[in-house]
This record gives sequence, C-alpha cells and structure tokens, in this order.
Amino acid sequence: MTNSTRQDTSAPPPSRGMRKDTQEVSKGRRRIAQRVEDIPPSGIRKFFDLIAGQEGIISLGVGEPDFVTPWHIREAAIDSLERGHTHYTSNYGTPELRKELSAYLERLYGARFDPQSELLITVGVSEALDLALRATLDPGDEVITGDPCYVAYFPVVHMAGGSLITAPTTMEDEFRLRASEVEKLITPRTRALLINNPSNPTGTVLDRATTEELSEMAARHDLLIIADEIYDRLVYSPDEPFTSFASLTGRSDQTLVLGGFSKSYAMTGWRVGYAAGPSDIISAMMKVHQYTMMSAPTAAQAAALEALRNGDRDVDEMREAYDQRRRLLVEGLRRIGLPCVEPRGAFYAFPSIMPTGMSSEDFAERLLMEEGVAVVPGSAFGPSGEGFVRCCYAASVDDIEEALTRMGRFVEKHSQAR
Amino acid sequence: MDDILRILEQDARTPPERIAEMTGRSIEDVREAIVTAERDGIILSYRSQVNWDALGRGDVHAIIEVRVAPQREVGFDSVATRIARFPEVRSMHLVSGDYDLAVQVTGESIYAISNFVASKLAVLDAVQGTVTHFILKRYKEDGSLFESEDDSPRRLPVSM
Repeated sequence: MTNSTRQDTSAPPPSRGMRKDTQEVSKGRRRIAQRVEDIPPSGIRKFFDLIAGQEGIISLGVGEPDFVTPWHIREAAIDSLERGHTHYTSNYGTPELRKELSAYLERLYGARFDPQSELLITVGVSEALDLALRATLDPGDEVITGDPCYVAYFPVVHMAGGSLITAPTTMEDEFRLRASEVEKLITPRTRALLINNPSNPTGTVLDRATTEELSEMAARHDLLIIADEIYDRLVYSPDEPFTSFASLTGRSDQTLVLGGFSKSYAMTGWRVGYAAGPSDIISAMMKVHQYTMMSAPTAAQAAALEALRNGDRDVDEMREAYDQRRRLLVEGLRRIGLPCVEPRGAFYAFPSIMPTGMSSEDFAERLLMEEGVAVVPGSAFGPSGEGFVRCCYAASVDDIEEALTRMGRFVEKHSQAR
Repeated sequence: MDDILRILEQDARTPPERIAEMTGRSIEDVREAIVTAERDGIILSYRSQVNWDALGRGDVHAIIEVRVAPQREVGFDSVATRIARFPEVRSMHLVSGDYDLAVQVTGESIYAISNFVASKLAVLDAVQGTVTHFILKRYKEDGSLFESEDDSPRRLPVSM
C-alpha cells in the first residue's frame, strides 16, 4: 500500500511541462510513445483489479446504467441485421439518424442543426470528444475544465497534443464551474473550455445563469466550448429543466455539443454518440473520423434511430427509477454521517468522507476490504476530488440499502476509532 | 400518487418507509395514499405471481372464445358478470372481432376445464357458442416472462 495517492490518479494536476523520460532508451529504440507513457495508470483500473476474484461485492463503482437496452431498440438492430444492413454507412452517419437527431435536438432544446453539415454520428461520445480535441488543438494548446472531472479528460487532451488545465470547484459551491475561476487560468494558449454537464463524478447540473455566464465569458475570449452533455436526459429537478449549451439563444459559432445514447437509453455497449456544432469543426472532425473509424456501427445506428423515434417513455421510466434510488442513496449517506450535496443529474452521488479522516483512496480500499462495497475514490477525478468518493446509484434498491448498511457500519467504526 | 403506485406495482412488498425516501414524501403521506388507493379500488390486491409449472404440478389453462347475445338494457354486462364470477375464470375481457368475450380459465385437468365449459358456460341462455383453446406453453404473464432472459446486467464492477 503506497500513500502516494497523487501518482495513481488519472487526472493529475495541470500538466504543463509534464514530459518526463520514463523509459530506458539507451538499449535500442523506444517501444512505447512518450505521450502514452505520460499517462498515469488509471485509479479506477486499480480498483477493478482489487475486486477481481472477490465474492459478495456490492459495487457502487460502476459508470453505466443497470437497465438492459429496451427491447424495441434491441429489436430494431436485429431487424437491421436481418435485412442485411451490414455495410459501412456515410462517414457522417446514416441520413435517417442525422435527420431524426436534428429534429430531436430542436424538440428538446430548440436548437437547429443542419443534418447535412452540423451533425456527426460517432462511436460513443468518447470518440466525439477525441475527434473534437484532435480537430481543434495544436501542440501546446490548453483546455480548461473543472476539477474534479471525468477521468478520461486528461488522457484524451494529452493524446491530442494539448494540456488540460483544471479550475478547482468546491462542495460548498455544489461543484459548479465558475466563469470567474476559469478566467483566471486563460492564457494566449487557451483554446477551449471543456464542460461535463451534468457532471461525472459530482452529479452537478449547471443552472441557466451559470451556463450563460460561461458561454459569454468563452465568447469574450474567443474560446471554443466543448459541452459534454452525455447525461443530459438524466436531470432530476422538475422546476428547472436542463439548460443545454445548445439551447442558449445567440449560441456562439464556437459551441460544440457532444451527446450520445449510452446513458439516456441504457445503450453503453452499442457505442453510438454524436457531435453537434458549427460545420467547419464538424467537417474537420469528420476528416479524422473517416480515416480512423469510417463510420459508427451500422446496427447500432439503427438502434439509435429507434431510440430517438420511440424511446421517450423509456427515458422517463428509467429517470424516475434513478430519481428514486438517488433519494434513497443521498438520504442514506447523510444519515450515516457523510455530508453530500444534492446531485441533480447523472447517476452519481459524491459524498464527503472527511468525517472519517481518511484519504479517498484509503477509504475506498478499506471499505472494499472490510465491507465488500466498491466506490471510486474522488482523487481519481482530480485533486479537488480528494476527501470524496463517487457512489453510483444505477444499482438495485436492495443493493443500495445493503451498501448503506455496510457503509454505515464502516463509518461508525472508523469515526469512533479516531 | 402515480409514483407510489408504480413502485408498488413493481414490488408490492416495498415498505412505506422506503417508498417515502424514494419519492421524497413523508411516511404519513405515503401511508395515507396507499390506504386511499386501497379504499377506492385503485389497488385491487397484493399477491405473489407463482410459477407452479416450475414445481411440475402446473394447472391446465385455456382461453375460451365466447359468443353471447347482448341483452336489452344491460348489453353484455349481465352475462359477463355471471361468467366472471366463476372461480375457474382467471381473467376475462369483452373484445371486438369474431367473438365477444375472451375468457381465460384455469383447472386441475383438461377434464375439469371441459366440464366447466360443458356444464357451466355453454348452458347459459345468452351464450351462443364457445371455442376452447388449451394453452400449451406460457411465455409471459402480466408482464413477467416465464423463462426470463438473463437480465442480470453483466456490467464491469468498476467503470469510468
């Protein structure tokens, strides 16, 4: 057990000049590229290895729905296969899917995207993000995001030749990314602002005012906004509907919205996502996509089309179920003495574990060993995540109740010991 | 109220305390909503769906198409209620199409069901004819699959 938590995080502090030689190069040619060597081992991966082989684990460490894709969506893919639709599609994605997506974004957010030139169907939102960064970053360009942030942000920015600069957020401010904090970090090399809204890991959803402030600030500094809105349909505040960056009136031509089907329709394994934005950026992304990926899987695109056409009810049902478990988990965490801000979106709660006096990683590891409950240490998501853990409530009600019982026992034991 | 009903429809054993947390209501409100729903006939009953077939002593089930002559003033309701009251009848609907009542019955044996049709159902004055379909295999009932697909999600225990 090391106590060097920082080394194992996958979102290390700002990476300006982080290049370091980690390979023996004297004995021949380099085998692994330096920029890949630079990426530290994933904090999540480590937990994966710890869990392997253990019985009776309740995992709140997952990052995907527990629902199986609704049958009518699966059936649409089967139909597509039966008809022999097994070839490449247009690099941009099938015309039907783009047309339907355009209508969908207009229906949800009043945003108009030309299906011919402003939409690109990708292999999950992960590919969309990778393409966006590769299409817009020059070596040394900086991308600003909030800390804590999604674990892939540092590696994908780094692999695209850029540097990820993080603006700290706090529990007291509900982990909101503030324009004022971002502005302090802007340099002549800053190219883009990357915003995950709703947020993995904190569950934070930006209110309209904050979204507008960020958008105006980015426009003032001529920055691209990359809005990663993969959890857009999983928002639990009926009084304040989700404000997509796509929905802002006078949306700048420097706003790129990324989304997908994985979380809304329980379709993680299908790998379909999309990018919606100005045609020059979409076309640049398509250029990379056509040579590296060709097109998103054809059967998965057929499934996505069915999801857009007839999946609203599924989204509503799943959202209601998540909302119920969210209340159960958040109330439960508070009851056992772990302060937790109300997560308004995604399917994560991000409680503080400070009452135990442990580091995030210690907490997660000992909770797993002593009680068989898996959570993800907040430090895996960046320095501001230290002192927190990510708990996913895309789990059965019984599992959540049992996890809370075990966590309660754990917290009590370790608070008394202090 | 709909949210409470949907939770109970999924799992009738969910205790009011848990429903309260899941819906963000007070326990008293939940209890009261349930009592009201029971009183107003919105919640009809709570019971277990038992797969007797799995124990190898399944009853025999049949779907019976029944043609009836509607009666002055009461239409189909009078005869329908009469048929529905037989305990052998598990569910029953008035339907459009070639026949009028779709009646699902359960009995200990094929003999028991034919006996019911011959001695109870077909003899009713309003009944003009019946066609009995014995059920050979049940795949799904009231939303539950009999041989459920492996729905336990095969998720990685930890993911991004």
